[in-house]
Amino acid sequence: MSRRVSSTLIEVRGVSKSYRRGGQVVAVLHGLSFDVQRGDFLGLMGPSGSGKSTLLNLLAGIDKPDAGAILVDGVDITVLPESDLADWRATSVGFVFQFYNLMPVLTAFENVELPLTLTPLSRRERREHVAAALRLVGLADRAEHYPSELSGGQQQRVAIARALVTDPKLIVADEPTGDLDRQSAAEVLSLLEQLNVQFGKTIVMVTHDRRAAEHAHAIKYLDKGELSEGADLLERSVR
Amino acid sequence: MQFLKLIARNALRHKLRTGLTVLGLVIAVLSFGLLQTVVGAWYAGANNAAPDRLVTRNAISLVFPMPLHYRDKIRAVPGVKRVGTANWFGGIYQDPKKFFPQFAVDAAQYFEMYPEYRFAEEEKRAFLRDRRGAVVGRKLAETYGFRVGDTLPLRGTIFPGDWSFTVRAIYEGAEARTDTSQMFFHWDYLNETMKRRVPRRADQVGVFVVQIADPARSAEISQALDAQFRNSAAETLTETEKAFQLGFVAMTEAIVVGIRVVSFVVVFIILAVMANTMAMTARERLSEYATLKALGFAPGYVAALVLGESLAIAAVGGLVGVGCTFPVAAWFSTQTGTLFPVFEVSLATTAMQLGAALAVGIAAALLPGQRAARVRIVDGLRAIG
Repeated sequence: MSRRVSSTLIEVRGVSKSYRRGGQVVAVLHGLSFDVQRGDFLGLMGPSGSGKSTLLNLLAGIDKPDAGAILVDGVDITVLPESDLADWRATSVGFVFQFYNLMPVLTAFENVELPLTLTPLSRRERREHVAAALRLVGLADRAEHYPSELSGGQQQRVAIARALVTDPKLIVADEPTGDLDRQSAAEVLSLLEQLNVQFGKTIVMVTHDRRAAEHAHAIKYLDKGELSEGADLLERSVR
Repeated sequence: MQFLKLIARNALRHKLRTGLTVLGLVIAVLSFGLLQTVVGAWYAGANNAAPDRLVTRNAISLVFPMPLHYRDKIRAVPGVKRVGTANWFGGIYQDPKKFFPQFAVDAAQYFEMYPEYRFAEEEKRAFLRDRRGAVVGRKLAETYGFRVGDTLPLRGTIFPGDWSFTVRAIYEGAEARTDTSQMFFHWDYLNETMKRRVPRRADQVGVFVVQIADPARSAEISQALDAQFRNSAAETLTETEKAFQLGFVAMTEAIVVGIRVVSFVVVFIILAVMANTMAMTARERLSEYATLKALGFAPGYVAALVLGESLAIAAVGGLVGVGCTFPVAAWFSTQTGTLFPVFEVSLATTAMQLGAALAVGIAAALLPGQRAARVRIVDGLRAIG
């Protein structure tokens, strides 16, 4: 299957972000600029506190930069009002968190169905979409199980099903294997890779794990809020 | 559907915590209802008053009587339809603790003015025929086991000596709120006995109950009645039966106010408990609320989840509390005997109970709901659930 990137999905232009901690302003990101191509699988690496999760949050529209612009599919998400941004996230972004962040009172099926309740799909259509997503992650037989009845790896696969069920342009994953054993981590990474390769999903993944990063086909290193010297040179295809 | 499912399952997530909160609500709503019913019972006499009945008493104080001959003058006032005499007897049945109201009344006139007291015709005739006969209300009869034909001995306090009556009739109330805890006997029997025992106290009336043809003229007729006796040895004060009854309530107003305040304090306490529960709940679920917001759910949806859960708990507590109020009130009424002649949980009290539960549900969710709605996604995702 061709993996040729056809156009730019994300344009990051001069993005800066700082936080206030104990009365002091701590700069986290300094004027970052880069592009992510449609269908890319980008790994963000760097030491703790380097700003990679902050950058991921900005790309996903759950935080706003102090300066700069982030265009996703041509939409500058940094200027969207909160309600429009929520609608944009519902349709354009799938989230995979380190600790899965499933609703413990909902079954796997209901968790995956949750984002679809924001769409105009009928109940029958929702059920079809959810069933397909759970089949894709290999958990069709666990649909009625609650998160507490699933292993960590299975919970993360449910989270991936939830992330992809709305067919978003972008999937963001924050340390998706950080809480998993090696085998479960390999299954999750393989699943993300499948989404990227087979379904052409653009994925941006934050990870500490070099083994996980090897599944990405481009990597950016962040250090002290900056793409490190020669970052472009470090961008490399792992395939 | 998913929204209601989330609310229901979240509410049952910590069963012990939710159960204890509901229990607290049940007790608070029940207490509130009972205390409001006690207040209502205090006003039962005033609430049962008829607009066409006036009460004429001695202007100085209720403890001073009026001469019997006032009756004819009162009857002659235009607009007056009927006049009855009544004296508070205040006798003791067996033990001072076994209190119930006893009135000597001009039976033929008096009961015509109180159609809410329902008699079996045969019993009523037997009562009217028997000079020493007495009638008792159904509640009084049930409290002390009085039956028609029983002898009812009383020890006089205001009217000294031992008195003996025969129960000739048991009256029913036309409505549940009608007072059936009283005893009535013939005013003539009292008067004749007093003529023998203490002649100077004969022909003295405690109050005249006056029925008027047009309730709209009550103020005018009251003035006309009192004008008849101005500058006499026993000046009168005439007022509507409702005002007369409220005068008794006013004597104990501090107690009524106290009960009212306590009833609202109970609601306030459960509000604090419930608010604490909802605050803990919201704090524990910040990461879930942040996740929902990240997925695209609006802050209002998240706030509505908190509010819905709070309202669901409050509704269950409120409904169970209201449901418990009726049997507990019935038990309370039995235990207090004739202390409260009418102890009925009114529709207004039930509405107030449900309203209080609803208000607690809403108020308890305000701050936690606001916090959940306003949580920054990145902060919420960092929160430990």
